[in-house]
Amino acid sequence: MIRSVPRSRLFDALYLSYLLAFFLYLALPLLVTAVFAFNDSPFPSLPWQGFTLDWYLADGTDGRTGLFHDDGLLSALWVSTKIAFWVTLVSVGLGCVNAVLFERVEFRGKELLYLLMLLPLVIPGVILGVSILVFYSGMANDVSRLWGIELDLFRPGLTLVVMGQVTFITTLATLVIAARLRKFDRQLEEAALNLGATPLVAWFTVTLPWLLPSILGAAAMAFLMSFENFNTTVMLTGSDTPLTVALFNRLREGSTPVLNAVALFLMLVSALLALFTLRQKS
Amino acid sequence: MNSSVGRFSLWLLLAPFLLWIVLLVLVPHLQMLRVSFQVRESWDTLAWGLEQYQNFFSESYYWRTFVRTGVMSLFTTFLTLLIAFPIAWYIARLARGRSKGILFLACLIPFWASELVRTYGWMILLRESGLFSSWLQVLGWVDGPVEMLYNDVAVIIGLVYNGLLFMVVPLVTTLDGMDENLVEAGYDLGGGHGTVLREVVIPWAMPGIVSGCIVVFMLTLGSYLTPVLMGGKDSAWFTEQIFTQFITRFNWEQGAALGVLLLVLSSLLVWLGLKLTGQSLRKVMG
Repeated sequence: MIRSVPRSRLFDALYLSYLLAFFLYLALPLLVTAVFAFNDSPFPSLPWQGFTLDWYLADGTDGRTGLFHDDGLLSALWVSTKIAFWVTLVSVGLGCVNAVLFERVEFRGKELLYLLMLLPLVIPGVILGVSILVFYSGMANDVSRLWGIELDLFRPGLTLVVMGQVTFITTLATLVIAARLRKFDRQLEEAALNLGATPLVAWFTVTLPWLLPSILGAAAMAFLMSFENFNTTVMLTGSDTPLTVALFNRLREGSTPVLNAVALFLMLVSALLALFTLRQKS
Repeated sequence: MNSSVGRFSLWLLLAPFLLWIVLLVLVPHLQMLRVSFQVRESWDTLAWGLEQYQNFFSESYYWRTFVRTGVMSLFTTFLTLLIAFPIAWYIARLARGRSKGILFLACLIPFWASELVRTYGWMILLRESGLFSSWLQVLGWVDGPVEMLYNDVAVIIGLVYNGLLFMVVPLVTTLDGMDENLVEAGYDLGGGHGTVLREVVIPWAMPGIVSGCIVVFMLTLGSYLTPVLMGGKDSAWFTEQIFTQFITRFNWEQGAALGVLLLVLSSLLVWLGLKLTGQSLRKVMG
């Protein structure tokens, strides 16, 4: 069924309606989530009671607390931002080094190490979180019991969440950056070396600018993945709950349009990041 | 001199990679495996044993959920492939020019929202006070509110939704690279639609199919939010039991054993999938 093979009218009509149904299926949940962030009713359901910005702006005086006055959600948002910042920094840094390692250097056992690098992609996120919890938090417990030294760093909290997320986001960053490095014309670098540049100068003036779009793309992806992650994060989080965990706890208590407001806010931020990356590519 | 510099820079590049893979992946997983074989005798004494694994096989609730999660994940993966293939085919082979790019981007849009937000959207649509129920009442097709959430169908709708992107993208990528002459040759040699699909298109798209299926299967098997929030009382997911052991019961040994079992199941099925289709992990993932 390609363009050059004739198709019947009926088939075309069926195919198009399938496409339409598919995209409706994709859009519907997000659309209703966004729309109900503005419904003037304490529950995110029909009937439509009119348009309001209360779920963003209300300051709690008339029984409604909007997102911008909800201290719990705002602090969770800040926690998530901090985590995402560190995860992006570490995993993109590691991704750059790994990309050079696998694309530019020949050494024994490379094939095996490459498979190890891919490993975090085929381990469920829950298990990544559990294993880090068992090892590091267990180690902190043992050290405390045997020697009385408190390793608070390795108790559930921000550090462990960052470590857990870096585990699999590094693999994705490596794949994105390595794909770009593979397309690099090495003669450009050799030209720089012939013209008298030291390897380090050649790297920073020729290779790195070529990689920059993929580095920014990997950074945007890492930030989003970190911000949205739940499965690994929930195992490792301490008293500072990140946004997804805070939202999940709220959702279990019952849904209010404030959740829709947060959801829409998150979608807009992701959309902006995605647009930024697309502009970089083109 | 030169080779020692080369050796030095190799180690400089290897060090961050080794730190990452050893400290965050290998050692924690080995420790999880070790803990799963430890039996707590009193608060500070441990012995080696298989108690946790025996619990898994003797308590039918554990292994029933385990089998259920595996079977439902396989079914979800297959369903996602069936739904995504015609879409990917349209984008890769039938759409032209701008509409091709726009349709591809439209497939990505839902993934600007996290799994939690997507699941929440489905809850608003499907629950008793939800939109579908209200619309059906307005249309007069039902008399009272209908509950469409909290059952297995709802869980599968949500899981397929979560997986679609990861199926469409690799399929479009492989189908895009296909030579249309192959398909035409198939028709010229007298093949029907079914034959061409089976003999030409599917073999060509196999790397994309396998890569999509692996990612979707892993995501589904390891998902927590969708089954917990959209599933009913009887639709427990295996990840839920791991969470329960760690977070509410503080029984790390049992939790670690369940974690190891989930890891074994996922690795086994991924390995089987690769073997049966003759693909390698490097080819479909790297």
